[in-house]
Amino acid sequence: MHRISLLLLLLVISGQSYAIKTEVNEEVHKKTHSKLTSLVNQLPKTKLRDMATLIEQISQTKQPLTRQVLQFMIDGELYYLKANKQLVRAQDAANRLYKLTDLFTGQPLPDVKKSKLSKIRTNNRLRSALRSMIAKIDLTDKNKHVRLQAVKQLLSSPGKESSVIITELIGTEKDQDVQALMATTLSLRQLKSGDHSEKIEALQQLSGSLEPTVKNEVVRLFANLPEKAPSAEQQILKDALSNTLEEIESRASFYSLLETVFFGLSLGSVLLLAAIGLAITFGVMGVINMAHGEMIMLGAYTTYVVQLAFPSMIEYSLLIAVPAAFIVSGSVGVIIERGVIRFLKGRPLETLLATFGISLILQQLVRTIFSPLNRQVISPEWMSGSWQINPIFSLTFNRLYIIIFSIFVFISLLMILKKTSLGLHVRAVSQNRDMARALSIKSDWVDAITFGLGSGIAGVAGVVLSQLTNVGPNLGQAYIIDSFLVVVFGGVGNLWGTLVAAVSLGLTNKFLEPVTGTVLAKIIVLVGLVLFIQKRPKGLFPQKGRSTD
Amino acid sequence: MHTQTTQESTKQSLFRSKNSLHLTIGILLITTLLVTLGNLFFPESSAFHVSDYTVSLLGKYLCYALLALAVDLVWGYCGILSLGHGAFFTLGGYAMGMYLMRQIGDRGVYGNPDLPDFMVFLNLTELPWFWAGSDSIVWMVCMVFLGPGLLAFIFGSLAFRSRVSGVYLSIMTQAMTYALMLAFFRNEMGFGGNNGLTDFKEIFGFSLQSPSTKLGLFVATAIALSLAYCVCHFIVKSKMGRVVTAIRDAESRVRFVGYKPEHYKVWIFVVSAMLAGLAGALYVPQVGIINPGEFSPLNSIEIVIWVAVGGRNSLYGAIIGAIVVSYAKTRFTAIMPEAWLFALGGLFVLVTLLLPKGIAGIIPSIKQKFTKAPDSTEVSL
Repeated sequence: MHRISLLLLLLVISGQSYAIKTEVNEEVHKKTHSKLTSLVNQLPKTKLRDMATLIEQISQTKQPLTRQVLQFMIDGELYYLKANKQLVRAQDAANRLYKLTDLFTGQPLPDVKKSKLSKIRTNNRLRSALRSMIAKIDLTDKNKHVRLQAVKQLLSSPGKESSVIITELIGTEKDQDVQALMATTLSLRQLKSGDHSEKIEALQQLSGSLEPTVKNEVVRLFANLPEKAPSAEQQILKDALSNTLEEIESRASFYSLLETVFFGLSLGSVLLLAAIGLAITFGVMGVINMAHGEMIMLGAYTTYVVQLAFPSMIEYSLLIAVPAAFIVSGSVGVIIERGVIRFLKGRPLETLLATFGISLILQQLVRTIFSPLNRQVISPEWMSGSWQINPIFSLTFNRLYIIIFSIFVFISLLMILKKTSLGLHVRAVSQNRDMARALSIKSDWVDAITFGLGSGIAGVAGVVLSQLTNVGPNLGQAYIIDSFLVVVFGGVGNLWGTLVAAVSLGLTNKFLEPVTGTVLAKIIVLVGLVLFIQKRPKGLFPQKGRSTD
Repeated sequence: MHTQTTQESTKQSLFRSKNSLHLTIGILLITTLLVTLGNLFFPESSAFHVSDYTVSLLGKYLCYALLALAVDLVWGYCGILSLGHGAFFTLGGYAMGMYLMRQIGDRGVYGNPDLPDFMVFLNLTELPWFWAGSDSIVWMVCMVFLGPGLLAFIFGSLAFRSRVSGVYLSIMTQAMTYALMLAFFRNEMGFGGNNGLTDFKEIFGFSLQSPSTKLGLFVATAIALSLAYCVCHFIVKSKMGRVVTAIRDAESRVRFVGYKPEHYKVWIFVVSAMLAGLAGALYVPQVGIINPGEFSPLNSIEIVIWVAVGGRNSLYGAIIGAIVVSYAKTRFTAIMPEAWLFALGGLFVLVTLLLPKGIAGIIPSIKQKFTKAPDSTEVSL
């Protein structure tokens, strides 16, 4: 339908020549459709033994409906109304009623009792025929993913007929991925039921395949061989099997290493986002902002509010939320700086306490406005799903985007500090406030803007975190200690240090986790950090110069 | 950083004299006596009657006061802002909790005479090694002081030797208590995991449920607080205390004069941690539970705010602060629980901005107004 309407659109735009083509298409379409309809309508009357030829004919029609009809038959959902022989799809509903939809139009019909219906009957032989017909339809589908999925289906349950279909189609298949998977399926079949030399050959083909089914089969065969005194032939097979298994496992462990690295990078990028705002307020300005976590939380809630305000634009909500969160958290930051921190200059411990008070107020504020329960933030479509690189290794899109986004934030922040006049002023004030003031830099203004910038970045981090964790009033608290440790570990006043610290902490955590468990890994990292700071109180990359003490 | 405190140290010394010691201890003991009398000898209808609930509440406040005193000792007098004193408090509490747990004996749900309930639940067959001896009073008393003291010694000697100070130290103490919280939440630690230690039955053979035991614990806490106050007073007044105060005001100069600041810091940190442990040990039997939630960084920061509100330039300020803020918390959470965090947060901001010396800072200036002190060079608050 979609395609036809698209064609109609084109017809309006580009005139006559298309019109003819469309008409021809429509003509053919109508013909096969009516043929399908008439064939399907014969189903209720046909006896079970003639069924095979009928469904064979149905499967030849190659309509979108064809596959559906066959699928419904397998699933045992194809019925007809006893009264008028109308074909329907019937699904079990509550109260012993059946929910009906018209087979051809898809229109819902009123629920009926079972006694009004009669099932289109199948048997085992028919079902297996149906299955291979569906596989065949899928395998010749235009969409590569449908074909791939179909081969996967066959791989996990390779019957005799499936290898027949694949042998038939493998030559015409153009896509490499699909073809490779088809070959794997054939080899697996060969491994299962071939003779000795075929098995050895199949094993060579399968060496390094990452499909779990292949591995399971190899392991199963290996276990079936007698452990003691195998015959010469069995010994050869055994060696071949263990070689293949080794190959599979070494590849698998390589990919699991890659996966750990990916998770580590992903955690590192979250830490980086959470900490980098702090690297500015704490590192550059020297202000201890205990309310930093709450700036993150405000960003996350901004995402929630944006999604609430524009429910029709969930797909774009994150794009709106990023600047919105920056503005919300940034302006709260400026207010805090002007209202409180300004008066506590040079008294870091007092600043710590006052901003902690602010964090409590903000938490309670959010709790009062939005309730203490976690709020649901929806992930847009493009954030979900994953990039399947091979059967055992895939990168989830949300983590991938977050890594990219955090790099983007990092670079833009670096650029702001290094290349803009604002950055110049910030660095000047942080190095020597009096001298900067003497050179007519408005240090008060710079302070407010810097604090706003750091808080705004925290808000942006909140948008990202809303995609990963629960959005609740305590969201920020979970990250404040981590963020401080990242900044201190990296060396105060050094953005690159923050980057290195965040990534290495993320990686360490993820590499420890499989060995020690999540909580213990965190504890080990914390203790390690505390010990490290004892050893090097100024972090990985200490600021050089006399002004640091 | 603390120049303003040196300026006023002359003025402060007037009120840190023996007067304040006698006054504080006097008020504390007389109040305790009155509460005891009120609880025991006045009928419930009488206006002077002090209910059992109030007694145990006051006992809790006094534990907090002791804890605040410990924080004041390191923060007010040595300039170490510890955001992890809750850890020492909780460790002391766990030492007491372990002892109380063993006192339950076979009266637990599973009725196992040797193992506490949670261990039976975790399918343990024998006591873990670190529970050995936990049923003896001597062991308990030792652990109350040794546990926190040892942690403070290790942490302090590492941190102070490498001259970690100021904000860095605060953040690290916070990380310490956070790590401990995570660790104690694990069942594998052998301290009851999430639920902690609870369902205590008796202490030294007295039932924890009976009002007289509660009163006894309250009196014990009051005495412990008085003793701790004397100890702190003595420390602060001693030569060592002078050095500690000097370190707070100008660490480098103290070092140049030939002292080793880190030794003094470790020493005062350990004493403070032990006091905090004592507070925890007294706290646990009165509330009947100890769990890893007490390790949470928020708790430790709340202690700091008690001291800040009360005034960290004086020992009695910490006690006042702890009692006033805790009382406010009890009232607020009862009347309008929503508003408590607003009030606490506002208190943080207002005290740091407007009242850097806390409540205790007001007292001298009031007293001055009454006595009309002739010394006009002093800057008033």
